[in-house]
Amino acid sequence: MLDQLKMPARNYLNNGHGLASWLLTKDHKRIAIMYLISISVMFFLGGLFAVGIRLELATPAGDFVQAGTYNKFFTAHGVIMVFFFLIPSIPAVLGNFLIPPMIGAKDLAFPRINLISLYIYWIGGVFTLYAMLSGGVDTGWTFYTPYSATGSNSNVVPVALGIFIAGFSSILTGLNFIVTIHRMRAPGMTWFRLPLFVWAHYATSLVQVLGTPVIAITIVMLAVERGLGFGIFDPSRGGDPVLFQHLFWFYSHPAVYIMILPALGVQSELISTFSRKTIFGYSFVAFSSVAIAVFGFIVWAHHMFVSGISTYAAMVFSFLSFSVAIPSALKVFNWAATLYKGAISFETPMLYAYGFMGLFTIGGLTGLFLATLGMDIHLHDTYFVVAHFHYIMVGGAIMGYLGGLHFWWPKITGRMYSEFFSRIAAILVFVGFNLTFFPQFVVGYLGMPRRYHSYPDEMQVLNVLSSAGASVLGLGYLLPAIYLVWSLKKGEVAGPNPWGASGLEWQTQSPPLTENFVEVPIVDREPYEYEHVAAKEKHLV
Amino acid sequence: MSGHVSPISLYITIFMALMVLTVATVGAAFVDLGQFNFLVAMIIAGFKATLVIWYFMHVKYASKLTKLTVATGIFFLAILLGLFLVDYGSKAFTQMPPFLS
Amino acid sequence: MSNVAAHADDRGHAHAHHPALQHHFDTMAQQKEAAVVGMWVFLLTEILFFGGLFAAYMVYRIWYFDAFAEASRSLSLFWGGLNTAVLIGSSLTMAMAVRCAQTNKRTATVNWLILTMILGAVFLGVKVIEYADKFEHHHVPGYNFQWAAAHEAPAAGEHAVAASEGAAAAEGHRELSLTPAQLQLTTQIYFSLYFTMTGLHALHMIIGIGIMLVITRMAYKGKFDQEYYTPVEMAGLYWHFVDIVWIFLFPLLYLVERHV
Repeated sequence: MLDQLKMPARNYLNNGHGLASWLLTKDHKRIAIMYLISISVMFFLGGLFAVGIRLELATPAGDFVQAGTYNKFFTAHGVIMVFFFLIPSIPAVLGNFLIPPMIGAKDLAFPRINLISLYIYWIGGVFTLYAMLSGGVDTGWTFYTPYSATGSNSNVVPVALGIFIAGFSSILTGLNFIVTIHRMRAPGMTWFRLPLFVWAHYATSLVQVLGTPVIAITIVMLAVERGLGFGIFDPSRGGDPVLFQHLFWFYSHPAVYIMILPALGVQSELISTFSRKTIFGYSFVAFSSVAIAVFGFIVWAHHMFVSGISTYAAMVFSFLSFSVAIPSALKVFNWAATLYKGAISFETPMLYAYGFMGLFTIGGLTGLFLATLGMDIHLHDTYFVVAHFHYIMVGGAIMGYLGGLHFWWPKITGRMYSEFFSRIAAILVFVGFNLTFFPQFVVGYLGMPRRYHSYPDEMQVLNVLSSAGASVLGLGYLLPAIYLVWSLKKGEVAGPNPWGASGLEWQTQSPPLTENFVEVPIVDREPYEYEHVAAKEKHLV
Repeated sequence: MSGHVSPISLYITIFMALMVLTVATVGAAFVDLGQFNFLVAMIIAGFKATLVIWYFMHVKYASKLTKLTVATGIFFLAILLGLFLVDYGSKAFTQMPPFLS
Repeated sequence: MSNVAAHADDRGHAHAHHPALQHHFDTMAQQKEAAVVGMWVFLLTEILFFGGLFAAYMVYRIWYFDAFAEASRSLSLFWGGLNTAVLIGSSLTMAMAVRCAQTNKRTATVNWLILTMILGAVFLGVKVIEYADKFEHHHVPGYNFQWAAAHEAPAAGEHAVAASEGAAAAEGHRELSLTPAQLQLTTQIYFSLYFTMTGLHALHMIIGIGIMLVITRMAYKGKFDQEYYTPVEMAGLYWHFVDIVWIFLFPLLYLVERHV
């Protein structure tokens, strides 16, 4: 049915061979591939620790590992997943690859800084992994003082330093994107012709640049307190432990927006492509990304309602936390309005998008429960919180990442993967995810605390469901690792635009040239104008 | 295209102003203004910083984007300090914190 | 002296442009503007980086004002004031260096950069003197910290408060509402912040001097002209920022309460 498509003779993958041509590259696309491999390794490692957690929690007694070891498991899981997987994932892989072609540029503004950000990520990752595997850290990824400063006997400073180093990778990526989006757009590519993916990454970059330095300085203060005996957070030296929490969460709350905003951008691209309609309310969706980024900076103390902040502050932060839900909800409504009377279909990326809409909504709504002061007294530090953030981070961010990876895979590699296996994997991920995390809402509400390796007997059924779900989820994640790699050599050649999608990146060959464009494109179209794009190379059988 | 070249006399003037303001801030510290000592010191420091940013760092002659970037940094620093005060300012400062009594 | 060169790129187009133009940019102006905005975005991160320390300082200064006032008085106003003048002077010399690069004066650029580095080194030398003094007076937290008030340590018992009050009045100090034990804890917080803030600032200065060494060498080799002096300007922006941090550190650390 299709013409015999051939891989383009000259593309960024065969432009230079050998390790040096990759390790010393300035090509944003090659850097994106190297990030892809790195974060996949980290995801697997973080997942291993999750397996350890779920194995322990399959039985009520703490019989798999000792409590101290269990503490190290969930700390490792959190540190790796947050700092070394989720935060870089979409920006460093999809953002790095796609932002220049999407705006009509040949590369990011600072290609060498892009490469340095990758090296810094590697150094931070190796540092942290070494510290975690040679003894580990038992403080939780939140490192609360005074335990982390003076109580714990574990490798706090090396892990903290590893996170500090990795933070620079995040900052440099954000810096690069901000300057690129401001100053490297092709002629005619005005702000309101940008794909929403780009708006989302712009907002994410603002958060990366403004938030990460605060956790960096917090880590410095923790390190000098622990290493040099300074007094900053430890009460026995005159310090205030709540100050640490304020400083930590000033970054770590916006950090969750670093993790979700890019996925929200991917979602807009998927919904519009696979309903063949322009996004409903484009400018509202664009502004909502920036609003989420800005509002995200003024809500952090909702993590501290029971820590000893004043009642007045608690009320202020609770109210502000409700307001940040508004731009998020706006996106969900606009996606629904886009789907309405659209020509919707069910390719794999769209399956992830459908899943994202439901799971992100549940995650977001449960966030409102937690933002309600009275409810939070009951729910704080229970599995309800754990379920809430996994719905957003896994049901939202990771599904957004996988949806985007599947959507742009043909552009990145020039090949299509097996639609059959990819749909099975998407369904396994959705089913496995809900089986893992929905019971956690229930046990959390029933009072099961987080970060404990044992629990009352009557909660076992729900925990076993959760652990069973985790194996289904794990299988769902394993499948793409197999069929995506398989497609590199055996997949059908994709051609420039297998989905019939709009966007400058689809007007180039797959895989793209090193310089992306033969000639600088001149943009005269609004985004998502589906009547202009021929669907002649739609891949579906 | 080269950027705006400032005359040497401007730099000297700004330098002298900064030195005068430094003397002023030290002098003001020796006058008992109660609560206002801190405010005066911060206003003078803020003014000095503005002179450095505007003239030495050439922001006066820079693009709107550059100016917006500077303003954004100051804005978010204000959020950091201001919202910290929402908590710490609504707790009692008149007594020592309990862990120090 | 113009550095325009003509060459063909890998697509066979011959075009003339400054050798420093990177090919993903269209013009030198775009490249320079990107660099300036990029450097300012980086300085934003530095504002928030130091900002966290300022936030901690703010909290503890309000809580432990008396301790901060006492501890601040123990700092040398002479050295602090001198350092402030030195650093502002180095900002002047740095601005002159950028100006000479802008106007294509190679030797003058190098000289002003060297002068800036010398002034930076003077600043660091003074800091060494101040730090050494802290070690001597047991004002280093975690190492040998012992806060002895300016007057003698009070005798035990309830006469202690009265004795120190009397001594305080005699020396012109304000009556303090903190016990010596509380002072020990709270002044330690002050000095922890003092060392962290000035130490981080000094580290930034050392890095700045390092950057300037590289830039000076580039200037010496004639790499800059009126079309391309961006690295000098970037170094200048960084150095001025470090100056601004000190402009705030000086009153916050040295001038908490000098009028008693």
